[in-house]
Amino acid sequence: MENLVLQALSGLASASSLFLVASGLTVIFGVSRVVNFAHGSLYMLGAYLAWTLVTTLPRGHLGFWGGVIGAALLVGLIGLLVEVLLLRRIYRAPELFQLLATFGVVLIVQDLALMTWGAQDLLGPRAPGLRGSVEIVGLRFPLYELFLIGVGPVVLALLWLLFHRTRWGTLVRAATQDREMVGALGVNQRMLFTSVFFLGSLLAGLGGALQLPRESVNLHMDLSIITEAFVVVVVGGLGSLSGAALAALLIGELHAFGILIVPKITLVLVFLVMALVLVVRPHGLLGKPEAAARGGQGSAEPVIGPAPPALRWLALAALAVAVVLPPFLGDYAVSVLTELAIFVLFAASLHLIMGPGGMASFGHAAYFGLGAYGAALAAQWLGAPMLAGLALAPLMAGIFGLVFGYFCVRLSGVYAAMLTLAFAQIAWSVAFQWVEVTGGDNGILGVWPDAWAAPKLVYYYLALALCLGATLFLRRVVHAPFGYALRAQRDSTLRAEAIGIDAFRIRWLGFALAAAAAGIAGGLFAYGKGSVFPTYMGIPRSVDALLMVLLGGVQTLSGPIIGALAFTGLQEQLVRLTDLWRLILGCIIVLLVLFFPQGLAGAARARWEARHGDA
Amino acid sequence: MLQVSGVSAYYGRAHILDGVTLDVGAGEVVVLLGRNGAGKSTTMKAIMGLVPPAAGSVRFQGAEIAGQEPFEIARRGLGYVPEERRIFSELSVIENLEVGRRPAAAGLRPWTPERLFGLFPSLGAMQDRPGGRMSGGEQQMLTIARTLMGNPRLILLDEPSEGLAPVIIERMAEAIRALKAEGLSILLSEQNLHFAQVVSDRATIIEKGRIRWSGSIPELLAADEVREQYLSV
Repeated sequence: MENLVLQALSGLASASSLFLVASGLTVIFGVSRVVNFAHGSLYMLGAYLAWTLVTTLPRGHLGFWGGVIGAALLVGLIGLLVEVLLLRRIYRAPELFQLLATFGVVLIVQDLALMTWGAQDLLGPRAPGLRGSVEIVGLRFPLYELFLIGVGPVVLALLWLLFHRTRWGTLVRAATQDREMVGALGVNQRMLFTSVFFLGSLLAGLGGALQLPRESVNLHMDLSIITEAFVVVVVGGLGSLSGAALAALLIGELHAFGILIVPKITLVLVFLVMALVLVVRPHGLLGKPEAAARGGQGSAEPVIGPAPPALRWLALAALAVAVVLPPFLGDYAVSVLTELAIFVLFAASLHLIMGPGGMASFGHAAYFGLGAYGAALAAQWLGAPMLAGLALAPLMAGIFGLVFGYFCVRLSGVYAAMLTLAFAQIAWSVAFQWVEVTGGDNGILGVWPDAWAAPKLVYYYLALALCLGATLFLRRVVHAPFGYALRAQRDSTLRAEAIGIDAFRIRWLGFALAAAAAGIAGGLFAYGKGSVFPTYMGIPRSVDALLMVLLGGVQTLSGPIIGALAFTGLQEQLVRLTDLWRLILGCIIVLLVLFFPQGLAGAARARWEARHGDA
Repeated sequence: MLQVSGVSAYYGRAHILDGVTLDVGAGEVVVLLGRNGAGKSTTMKAIMGLVPPAAGSVRFQGAEIAGQEPFEIARRGLGYVPEERRIFSELSVIENLEVGRRPAAAGLRPWTPERLFGLFPSLGAMQDRPGGRMSGGEQQMLTIARTLMGNPRLILLDEPSEGLAPVIIERMAEAIRALKAEGLSILLSEQNLHFAQVVSDRATIIEKGRIRWSGSIPELLAADEVREQYLSV
């Protein structure tokens, strides 16, 4: 019993910290509609900067608290800089493009932090005056945790006053609803957005700085907190402060008690709750339906036409190179090419959801991974031959695509993206924690191709044939009646339904089809590598897929192909050439977003059309 | 006070305005008449900078404002009352007014919530009600009041009578006449000729993005064939 009380209290302390970060994220989203992936990086910077300030400043109250507040302010300024230099220029870009830009910032900050503070975990001093512990129900409880429990409600109250009792807050709330109208009433939105970013970043920085006495500062803080913060913000309802508080409480306690009750599925638990909440309440606990986002004329999607002759010739030439060249290459180069082929299919499958489907998927790696695990589990437990394993891969991914998709395609926008993420994380957690079957973190080894396909070159041709075939099939689907229906429901669900298209069913099938295609890619990847690991389904892999599609451009069919080639090639080269590949990749992403907002293929197409008229 | 000349505007590739030219003098009420989809709202948005004009010039109090951002244009003393009202539904009446508040130019009697409640008494009785829980007529009053809080010299009033009950339209007409008496210039867009003729000095007719006719209200009432061609449904 006493233990439970303490557990509840430590859950409250976590909830408090979580709320600080999530409140910043939700405030920023509310006004700017930017899903700020870099929010976790700001949190991490808050912790690092606090460490530097606190260890440099003289010891004592002033040094510690001055350091914490100084770090929060610095992070606020960094956030302001990110907004002014980057985000301000892309407010009109599609949601996922903004997300891509902020992910570029994540990569940049990771390497900058590594360069500045090194790879080792840093331990900060404990808070002066709060070092001891108090006795609660006969057990000792750290004072600092008690202090944290108080911080959350205080910040919530201050934010409430700020938003409801000041002119600035009123303007922010108005802009959350209709930013264009606020501008037409003479309010400089830019200043408003910038100040909101400052506030939100400051909260992230404060959240990070306050962790200093609690845990070590390390380079993984950014992604671990951002997933949790996303969960909190989405469960609470995007843009809702009180929702974020409620959800933080829920998630914090869930963590605290989950460990006691079901230690085996702690990782899944949070995402299960998120999935459950979104299935029951599609806009989170206290969220409101997204108003048809006002401001910024939503540009019509260009029509997808057949490829112009020049592009066909280019594609044929590329194919010829892909077929003729490999026998003259070494094993390493051939396996790189195999991966390229696989990622082209992976990207093309995600593109079907995002481009023609008009849905956002944040967890497409789940289906890649499910395909890989499908093949590997069949090989491991059933001793299935390779071709059976490869057949099972899309089946497994497709079935889960049907199940997960059934829930995901009912939602829209960020909520849909987050639900796909939740399902992907559930799949990942199962692979990670169900050690008896999946081998957990150690993965499944020895998934090798049958003897006939064992030579790298043969396997390459097999992968090329399957991936090319599947990619062309997806392309065909877009031009088939099903594809027309898919694009019709994207452009206007209501009008599509009015002419008899069952939009839900079309989206659902599209989602499952894309999942199955990703499964083929995953199965091929498993046999190519000889092993599968939970990371195949991790967030970074989902982000990779997004990067490929967005780099190439969502609006063209060749986009994902070009994006996959560019991204995989680039990453491959960068990792080989420099330790700072994240920094460089991040910079490239940011520059691409700024200067090629339609993606590489989109930019090429715009140039082509400018010179030759409509394609 | 406001001179629009040769303004063209596009939505994507669709040509919506084709060389729109009109002007509003100081203290004048000019009505822009036309059927649904004729380009009335787009003309308003082009003046306000919400749909940036692709060509042409918009001069307000002698200064070129085409190409400026909406908030800059608003700060020059141009008020915009959108057709869809666009009330901040989660903000109370008084907070909606607060969003619109801007300092008045020297010599102008500034609008305050109290003065506006004098103009629209029903708003005064529901100061703390969220904008989302008001009737259409009340919202229409609130959106005008909100724009007036910015102390504009001229307001763009986009179809204020749309979807309102006759008795409310009557009250709206009174309010517009009161504003004119204060010296405010108004560019009104309307489909409702009855409403327009009571409050306006001059009329300009737009069809398919082009200005087809301009003249005084008595001239318009005399020109049966013009009304027949451009306004009858």
